[in-house]
Amino acid sequence: MSHHNNNALQVEKGSIDIVKILLEGRAFFALIVIIIVFSILSPVYFSTGNFLTMSSHVAVFGLLGIGMLFVILTGGIDLSVGSTLALCGVFAGMLLEGVEIEAFNLAFFPSVWVVVVLTCLLGGLVGAINGVLVAYFKVPAFVATLGMLYVARGAALLLTDGLTFNSLSGDPTLGNTGFEWLGFNKLFGIPVGVLILFCAAVICMLALSRTPFGRWIYSTGGNARAAELSGVPVNRVKLSVYIISGVCAALAGIVLASQLTSAGPTAGTTYELTAIAAVVIGGASLMGGRGTVRNTLLGAFVIGFLADGLVIIGVSAYWQMVFTGSVIVFAVMLNNVQYSAKHKSSQQAEKTTESKREGSRASAT
Amino acid sequence: MNIDRSTVEVAPPEVILSARNIEKRFGAVQALKEVNFDIYRGQVTTLFGENGAGKSTLMKILSGVIAQTAGEIVLEGESVSFSSPSDAEALGITIIHQELSLAPNLNVRDNIFMGRELTKGRGSVDYKEEARQAELLMEELDEPIHPLTLVEDLRVGQQQIVEIARALSKNSRILIMDEPTSALSATEVETLFKVVQDLKNKGVSIVYISHHLEEALQITDHAVVLRDGVMTAYAPRSDIDLQWIVRHMVGESFDLGSPPTGYEQGSTALSIQNLYISDDKVAGRYVVEDLSLDVRAGEIVCIYGLMGAGRTELLECVAGRTRQSKGDILLNSTDVSHYNIAQRIERGLVLVPEDRQRDGLVPTLSVGRNLSLASIHAFTRKGLTSSSLEAEMINSAIDKVHIKTDGGEASIGSLSGGNQQKVVIGKMLATHPDVIILDEPSRGIDVGAKAEVFKLLSQGARRGLAVVFTTSEVSECLSIPHRVLVMSKGRISAEFKPGVTKDEIMAASGESVAA
Repeated sequence: MSHHNNNALQVEKGSIDIVKILLEGRAFFALIVIIIVFSILSPVYFSTGNFLTMSSHVAVFGLLGIGMLFVILTGGIDLSVGSTLALCGVFAGMLLEGVEIEAFNLAFFPSVWVVVVLTCLLGGLVGAINGVLVAYFKVPAFVATLGMLYVARGAALLLTDGLTFNSLSGDPTLGNTGFEWLGFNKLFGIPVGVLILFCAAVICMLALSRTPFGRWIYSTGGNARAAELSGVPVNRVKLSVYIISGVCAALAGIVLASQLTSAGPTAGTTYELTAIAAVVIGGASLMGGRGTVRNTLLGAFVIGFLADGLVIIGVSAYWQMVFTGSVIVFAVMLNNVQYSAKHKSSQQAEKTTESKREGSRASAT
Repeated sequence: MNIDRSTVEVAPPEVILSARNIEKRFGAVQALKEVNFDIYRGQVTTLFGENGAGKSTLMKILSGVIAQTAGEIVLEGESVSFSSPSDAEALGITIIHQELSLAPNLNVRDNIFMGRELTKGRGSVDYKEEARQAELLMEELDEPIHPLTLVEDLRVGQQQIVEIARALSKNSRILIMDEPTSALSATEVETLFKVVQDLKNKGVSIVYISHHLEEALQITDHAVVLRDGVMTAYAPRSDIDLQWIVRHMVGESFDLGSPPTGYEQGSTALSIQNLYISDDKVAGRYVVEDLSLDVRAGEIVCIYGLMGAGRTELLECVAGRTRQSKGDILLNSTDVSHYNIAQRIERGLVLVPEDRQRDGLVPTLSVGRNLSLASIHAFTRKGLTSSSLEAEMINSAIDKVHIKTDGGEASIGSLSGGNQQKVVIGKMLATHPDVIILDEPSRGIDVGAKAEVFKLLSQGARRGLAVVFTTSEVSECLSIPHRVLVMSKGRISAEFKPGVTKDEIMAASGESVAA
């Protein structure tokens, strides 16, 4: 491989950079376009207040999306997150209203942080069931989590008899106040829900890019057989990502319940699909192995800002669905363009650096 | 270019298709340069060349998959051009790709007529007629498989024949076969060659591509060698031998090496004791039976055997992917039978799998991340991976196993087969193993890369690495190994020292020695 060839390659790279940047940063550019278009169409769209409001809507989808990303990176899917969100929401609501143990005539009123921890544990448990089914019983992820979608929703309805918990603010005398702070209040002028999303995103970003576990996730999704033979504990990785997804759903359930100051068993219906859409708009591959937290967040913002913008300019809810659906399909189309472009540019690179290559491609494709 | 026209033919056979001055450019790179290629009526023309020499490109042009940049294709005296594979098929040229293009969930009949279903009147499929023709075709090919058999129930060799039947059903005059024997057992190869002979007698012209040079020599009538997109030699079969092909393929005489010497072998590193592995398909049967093997540090052991001899099952069990039903596996005197793959890697026992696409590489990761995959913990500090330590490790691995790449960031798909194989080997060597076992390390890589892989293994052995590799090419048994074992029906049937002859090895494997 000569230096001459390397230079030639760099020149070529320079000329295709703009297309490449546009393609790879498409979620970001889509977000910019959405903001510009709606700012022109509506005078109230472009304001800090509105951005914060929209961001706190995004917080719920963002949390679900990050959990979903982990699962999708391993080549799986988690359809149960919407139901898990509802189950965890009503579980939190139930705990806040107090747990009575009639046999001893006792009533517990756990404080908010205990509620949060217990709720996350429940989310993790739901995820663990999914994970065990997928990793150890080899139930296809689609089927296992579809089953959980029904089971968790049913459990949420059973737990509440179909009713909604409305008194989540607690009682100062019992020491369990402050739940609404999680979704409703602001810290440094930013809604707490958004901060939770931000923290979760940073932790997950770090986990994916800088830890062995993150590397295991990407390799499991890319080729589980090869990963296993390289010593990656593939089954444990699969189990873990469903637990993470469950915990993220629990966090989203807490934030949503806090924002609405009520926890209902029908909350979060079809949110799993929005979460998948966020991941896909963020350029992740449903086959596994490709995707980042940053782009998933951008995907969630694209969906959230688009939906809220359509509401603000007064587009009917029916049209909103049409728009959102079109954006999702368009995003996946661009994913294909990107991956085939990558394939082509790597072919170019290979042709430029070494002329003895084309046999390998035949065997690689 | 110096084309070696060895002889002047006395009665030149008739040329059915002739490619004249074919050029193909991909961007700035010339894949084919003024290639002239003739196909003779009713004869086999074999195209030899290393990976990337341009064989597949040429075949894709001849079968209409891609178009040439310059040059013309003359079919029976008329200049033709194809814009798609179906154009080429309409003119009687069919290609059978290495990866078969059959639908395993459909039966033989439906596969043969896929996309060209025979109909009777109002668009309903004439299954009866299809079945009759399918049966005739299969009988013609001496492989009387019932037309309603599902393709997934057939052996690979039989599937190949179904593919040929499909080509015949399209009245193909020219059949291009890309590596048809790579997945076949010896008996299946024999059957295939019989079919090829039949086809020749029927006047079908065949273009054959194979990495298996000895095999190809058995069947071919003409040999054409490509190197770096240039046709370097042509000769009829009678004028050539193996050395001639290899010389023109690589441009120099090639040697796979000899057993490394001049150092003391250490104590037993890997010890397999009375190993039994049960067959998951047939209850009560074993694919490996009462097999014992000791390998010392610094020793290279080669296991030769046919497909189905139990080599892959043995290696996968030793690596920890499957569990044995009886027997022990000892690594440096520690019983590792109950360890999982990760634990065995940590203890110094690694496997380079047979199928690198399926089991060796993660296509979504870069070259560097593939190389570092098995030793992530070596560059993890306080729970976080260090990119500088990782880069250091990757660069040293690229350097050590001589991978030709743009760097660690390059995509794995941009490497040639040989370099991909070196990535898999480099990944496992990066874990600093004591024992490396390799399942057919030379499969699908060219002669040059093969020699490099063997050199790597020799170097490892000198440093005290115990090496076990399997092969189905006898010539490889006579290269670097200190000991050659022949495996047959799950047992070791013979053991040889370096100076053994090919015939002895083949006889011990239960293979009929072809004249």
